[in-house]
Amino acid sequence: MIPALIVFAYLAIVLGIGIFAFRKSSGSGEDFFVANRALGQWVFLLSLFGTNMTAFAILGSSGMSYQRGIGVFGLMASSSAIIIPLTLLFIGTRLWGLGKRFGHMTQVQYFRDRWQNSSLGTAIFALTALMLVPYIIIGVMGGGEVMETLSAYQVTSAEGVVTTTSWVSYEAGSALVAAVVMSYVFFGGMRGTAWVNTFQVVLFLGFGAIAVILISAKLGGFTAVMERLSGDPKLAVLLSRERISQPEFFSYLFIPLSAVMFPHMAIMCLTAERVTHFRATVVLYPLCIAAIWLPCVYLGVVAAGLFPGLDAGQANDVIPRLLTQYTEVWVAGLLGAGIMACVMASDSQIMALTTMFTQDIFTHYGGTKRFGDRVQVWTGRAFVIAIAVASWLIAVALHKQEGIFELAIRFAFSGFAALAPVMLAALYWKRSTAAGAWAAVVWVAVAMVAVWWLHEASADLVKALKPGQAVPIFPALGDLLLRGKGGVTVYGFLPVMPMVLGSAVLMVVVSLLTRPPPQATLDRYFPAKDAA
Amino acid sequence: MKWLLAAWVAVLIALHQDVWFWTDKTLVFGWLPIGLAYHAGYAVAAALTMALLVKATWPKELDEERHP
Repeated sequence: MIPALIVFAYLAIVLGIGIFAFRKSSGSGEDFFVANRALGQWVFLLSLFGTNMTAFAILGSSGMSYQRGIGVFGLMASSSAIIIPLTLLFIGTRLWGLGKRFGHMTQVQYFRDRWQNSSLGTAIFALTALMLVPYIIIGVMGGGEVMETLSAYQVTSAEGVVTTTSWVSYEAGSALVAAVVMSYVFFGGMRGTAWVNTFQVVLFLGFGAIAVILISAKLGGFTAVMERLSGDPKLAVLLSRERISQPEFFSYLFIPLSAVMFPHMAIMCLTAERVTHFRATVVLYPLCIAAIWLPCVYLGVVAAGLFPGLDAGQANDVIPRLLTQYTEVWVAGLLGAGIMACVMASDSQIMALTTMFTQDIFTHYGGTKRFGDRVQVWTGRAFVIAIAVASWLIAVALHKQEGIFELAIRFAFSGFAALAPVMLAALYWKRSTAAGAWAAVVWVAVAMVAVWWLHEASADLVKALKPGQAVPIFPALGDLLLRGKGGVTVYGFLPVMPMVLGSAVLMVVVSLLTRPPPQATLDRYFPAKDAA
Repeated sequence: MKWLLAAWVAVLIALHQDVWFWTDKTLVFGWLPIGLAYHAGYAVAAALTMALLVKATWPKELDEERHP
């Protein structure tokens, strides 16, 4: 019960932060949706980083390391450590500048104006909104599961049968999480969301450090565990990258391109008060990633030496196991709050979807002009309630189909990454055209549907496979499309790679085949240096 | 300077694919797998590279933009 109480206290704190942000609010649309473009340097760094953190960073990364070894850090963390800061420096700062100059609050507003094409913006809105929704639902589902687990207790019947039950059911837990997130986003808008994210990152970092120190102290250091792993032929592979193929490792370099195309990251880029706030963010981002991921990956491998033989589902719980067995009950409570902080990363996604709806649909189709700025803000607040309630209803109705949403998130990562060439072309290539962007967007949508279909159609092939093995989906095509336990690959590379390359090629070729944008648009977005 | 940095970024991205440590199970200091130590160092190298990039390629024209 103590862990659950600590989580309740955590929820009360974040709710308080949201209400405090509300009291600081001026009530304008600019204030609600982009925090008046006035976030300070450290809140900007930590909230931008927190926005990109999910439950996977702590639970999923340690579970995956338990199964596949230390290579998971290179696969996901150090690849992000180089690619994400590059995108923040070369894309984030430019988006910030355009937002200041033209008042954009979303990527879609920029694309519409840059290529003078309203329907292209609507298509990008629809695609990105569809890819964002599964994250929100998974967040609400995760909240319900964490609350149910943390409030669990055992009951012994008169016959001596022991059963486990919970003070807080999945339905009530997910409703509580959805209600708290909804409340602080409703009241605090972007400022409340950014402050809560900042608080969460501090909690992540504090929690990680405390966990590693306490577990290490209890074990008397990690040397003995590592030597035991090293001496066991079955587990020693976890100390290297033998369970990860080289094409897969290479493909993962493309995934972090998704970061700046995530609406919640792109919109967050518009909230900095000054562009100079990006300096510290770009430089420190790789270190923040290492500070979170290194202990999680390392503890995942340590857990393989301490609790061998767990299946994939159980492996995601290795950090809770380590803390339960090697630390005190109050640390388990902190853990609950830490996990809750991860799960509640859905706040920035709800905020982003709300901003997109109000700016790209309501305002674009005349709502703000007709009803005014205050109605725009209240439309956003009503949308926050609608999306939170809808997410909770879906989370309850489809709890058993959680796998569908997890799969959708995997494909969404590739989809967002494959939209990065569109953003790069818009910012840096004068000759790029709306037709080129259309071709790339259609390619991304079709490729995602095709990969999903291939994944489902080849599901039966997986049953006979050994770990690491892959077989052709269509033998006549040779190794072009392979199916392994991890999913569909193209000559062994993850689909994200051909998706990004295909998007880039289509952007270039179709742009060159179509009429260049009008000079007035180019003058607006690429002013001569002396005139700028 | 900018071209030199661009070349270094390309080299750094290539260095992410450290095939030479793929099967190496050496434990640095007796407790840290060498592949993990390499990529932790890689993150530090990325941070240092970002510091250089920020210095050399900073969009100075945006420094003037302030919140009204």
